[in-house]
Amino acid sequence: MAEMKEISPNAPLADKALNWVDNRFPASKLFKEHLSEYYAPKNFNFWYFFGSLALLVLVIQIVTGIFLVMHYKPDAAQAFASVEYIMRDVPWGWLMRTTHSTGASAFFIVVYLHMFRGLLYGSYRKPRELIWIFGCAIFLCLMGEAFFGYLLPWGQMSYWGAQVIVNLFAAIPFIGPDLALLIRGDYVVSDATLNRFFSFHVIAIPLVLLGLVAAHILALHEVGSNNPDGVEIKAKKDARGIPLDGIPFHPYYTVHDILGVSVFLLVFSAIVFFAPEAGGYFLEYNNFIPADSLKTPLHIAPVWYFTPYYSMLRATTDQMVYALAAIVVVASLWVLVKAKLGPVLKGLVVVAAAVLIALLLTLDAKFWGVVTMGGAVVILFFLPWLDQSPVKSIRYRPDWHKAIYAVFVLFFFVLGYLGIQPPTPTGTFIAQVGTLLYFAFFLLMPWWSRLGTFKPVPDRVSFVAH
Amino acid sequence: MKNSFRAALIAASLLLGVATTWANTDGIAWDKAPNKTNDLAALQNGAKLFVNYCLNCHSAAFMRYNRLRDIGLTEQQIKDNLLFTTEKVGDTMKAAIDPKQAKEWFGGNPPDLTVIARSRSGDKGSGADYIYTYLRSYYRDDTKATGWNNLAFPNVGMPHVLWQLQGERSAVFEEIEAHEKKTEVFKQWQQLSSGTLTPLQYDQAVADLVGYLQWMSDPTQNDRIRLGVWVMLFLLVFTFVAWRLNAAFWKNVK
Amino acid sequence: MSEATLSGPVDKEKRTWLIASCAMGGAGAVAVAVPFVQTFTPSERAKAAGAAVEVDISNLKPGEKLTVEWRGKPVWVVRRTPEQVAALKKNDTQLADPQSARKPDELTPVYARNEGRSIKPEILVVVGICSHLGCSPSDKFQPGAQPSLPDDWNGGFLCPCHGSTFDLAGRVFKNKPAPDNLEVPQHMYLSDTRLIIGEDKKA
Repeated sequence: MAEMKEISPNAPLADKALNWVDNRFPASKLFKEHLSEYYAPKNFNFWYFFGSLALLVLVIQIVTGIFLVMHYKPDAAQAFASVEYIMRDVPWGWLMRTTHSTGASAFFIVVYLHMFRGLLYGSYRKPRELIWIFGCAIFLCLMGEAFFGYLLPWGQMSYWGAQVIVNLFAAIPFIGPDLALLIRGDYVVSDATLNRFFSFHVIAIPLVLLGLVAAHILALHEVGSNNPDGVEIKAKKDARGIPLDGIPFHPYYTVHDILGVSVFLLVFSAIVFFAPEAGGYFLEYNNFIPADSLKTPLHIAPVWYFTPYYSMLRATTDQMVYALAAIVVVASLWVLVKAKLGPVLKGLVVVAAAVLIALLLTLDAKFWGVVTMGGAVVILFFLPWLDQSPVKSIRYRPDWHKAIYAVFVLFFFVLGYLGIQPPTPTGTFIAQVGTLLYFAFFLLMPWWSRLGTFKPVPDRVSFVAH
Repeated sequence: MKNSFRAALIAASLLLGVATTWANTDGIAWDKAPNKTNDLAALQNGAKLFVNYCLNCHSAAFMRYNRLRDIGLTEQQIKDNLLFTTEKVGDTMKAAIDPKQAKEWFGGNPPDLTVIARSRSGDKGSGADYIYTYLRSYYRDDTKATGWNNLAFPNVGMPHVLWQLQGERSAVFEEIEAHEKKTEVFKQWQQLSSGTLTPLQYDQAVADLVGYLQWMSDPTQNDRIRLGVWVMLFLLVFTFVAWRLNAAFWKNVK
Repeated sequence: MSEATLSGPVDKEKRTWLIASCAMGGAGAVAVAVPFVQTFTPSERAKAAGAAVEVDISNLKPGEKLTVEWRGKPVWVVRRTPEQVAALKKNDTQLADPQSARKPDELTPVYARNEGRSIKPEILVVVGICSHLGCSPSDKFQPGAQPSLPDDWNGGFLCPCHGSTFDLAGRVFKNKPAPDNLEVPQHMYLSDTRLIIGEDKKA
């Protein structure tokens, strides 16, 4: 027999039951490790609500999703009608649907804000690189989940949005058209596509998401949370080994997060009950027309949360590709002159630059648009290594760094707005500037993050008693 | 950080505000449809107009007749006055016409109207605004197969089914020179024959019909809003409680 | 661990707000659960499909049976001959539940609690599903001895699955696998020739 912990026979029944479980499953141990004895910094601010809110939205989506699948029909001939069936004939079906559609947009709002917090406070810095990487993987999966889910109502936007995005994959040289055929399962987006996207959306990606979220939280708990001051609270512990600036997650942050949840639900419910269409951004007007493979709507745009990246895709025109080639030339020249590299490496740089320029000038701008769009997401993964600032948090960085972040945010919004509008020459130019600034923010970060006068970082967090 | 972030947000919203004025606005502007979704008498009149004039060619395949109880009609009233293509009050509103015939006569199957008021929304206004404008913008045009054209939907394949109510009108255009191009711009209406309703009565009838279409496109909207008020009240109180609960725990943290 | 909460007096403020938030939270959770559970109930489409069915019996001759579908089930309308109606009493001693006393609310509406289990003595309306395991019994209207039937058979139904027999009022015979009489559905007459199954305003 394994070593069982004994308990007095006079103990209350609840305690005896818990002891029985604890002897067979680490229930109390997990509770202590991850809640009641997991010490989080006490100076969390507003930006720290969005992690738990993201988890809440994930649960909302899964639960409403389960109930939607009970009535939805993943068949091209029945899908649109089944969604109206849910909205009208299923008791409370309208609430399931509007909660799920609002939840999809809410997920992106919450996740963008959650990621921005990471940017502000250097939460991706050592030793938290893996938390950030899992998070970026979650973001990628979320984009996929939203994309696959959007085909399911089988409206005009669903159909043509999927058609356009799958055709983007066809732009990849050599393997593109076959890849697109493989993804679609047919020569155009059809019932075959709908069925497999249904499988991805309902089972495949949710399982992956759950695994990644578990990994994300486990990685976080392994090293402990960062905080707005960027101070490592584990550096100063008391006699019992508890961080001086730490407080137990439960009950302090469980209670704190309840407040965050309540405020979030206020805003969320206001949208669900009073404005579920949200001006056509959360439920797009064109999607109330059943998919028609013979007629494209006048104005296709992806859903709002994809528009910044869509903007970058559209901005990558032939002219933009010339600009990119020019940048490659300048960058490689700079590396050759400034960097201390041996002759072999310098030779490699020349060759790589030459190959890249050749490819830029021969392959379709459409392909480079896909690369730009994908690159804009992939570059996030490298942030822990791009940021070379001596301090983690923006609070202790030079003030002009804040301006750089402000410009980054501003252009992210501008790119997003431009992605919704039909393309115009001025708009395209602004989007091109925005794309370059976006990439410059990241690619030049090893340089600019080190510049300026940094403020001294305290060794204790700044906390004002409530 | 907060100041520059705020500045960035203000700058972004200004940019957005300026940019929207550049938005494309070709075609006639849409009139605002009167809001009738809470006026049961108007909705019932609209239902009557819909069944009599629209269901001949259009279906409302996701709308069940017995749902009309939600706008104050009894099952008996529905059976007596509104069931033309079926005998069962639980059935959905199917069109009277055979889809194949419709395609032959009109060149295409008339679209289903259940969610038309949601699908036609755009930057010029809501779907209801569009339909309200559309049904009041028909004019005689002998160059068209149906004999009718429409200012809100040029070269539309649908004839003016409400012409007996409105009477026949023609549209007077004038030539305007703008950007060194000559374009025809609508100037005014000319009544050719009178209908059974006065222009004001016709506008009201169309408003009722549009109100009905708006209700039909989202029949739970009134209940949804009513329930929403209660949900918000509950959440406001709960937020207050959660706030005090949070304060009670955190007062000990130094 | 915050030992301050284990020793010392109870923090009244904390307790108050804890109780308030748990109570409201619990109420909120129940309120949220209700719509989810209700999505399980029959939808408007199911209710419409299960709506009452009108039957025209003007062409139904004595001794004939017609079948209509109601809620996915076969409903028999039999116009019994005067001899068949008279013969019903003779079966009483051999029936398991001649007075239809068992499960009256489920099987026999008030207006059918009579010998013939019907509103009009000559028209029988029953759901044609055996009360044993759900097969649909076959017609055996011919009186007299036949395979699987007793010598004094007065006409009725024989279920092919396990041999249960029912008389021409849908009443089950003794010592058969089926426990109950056939269900008489809600029905009423709109006129002498039109019958509606699934509705009875005079419940």
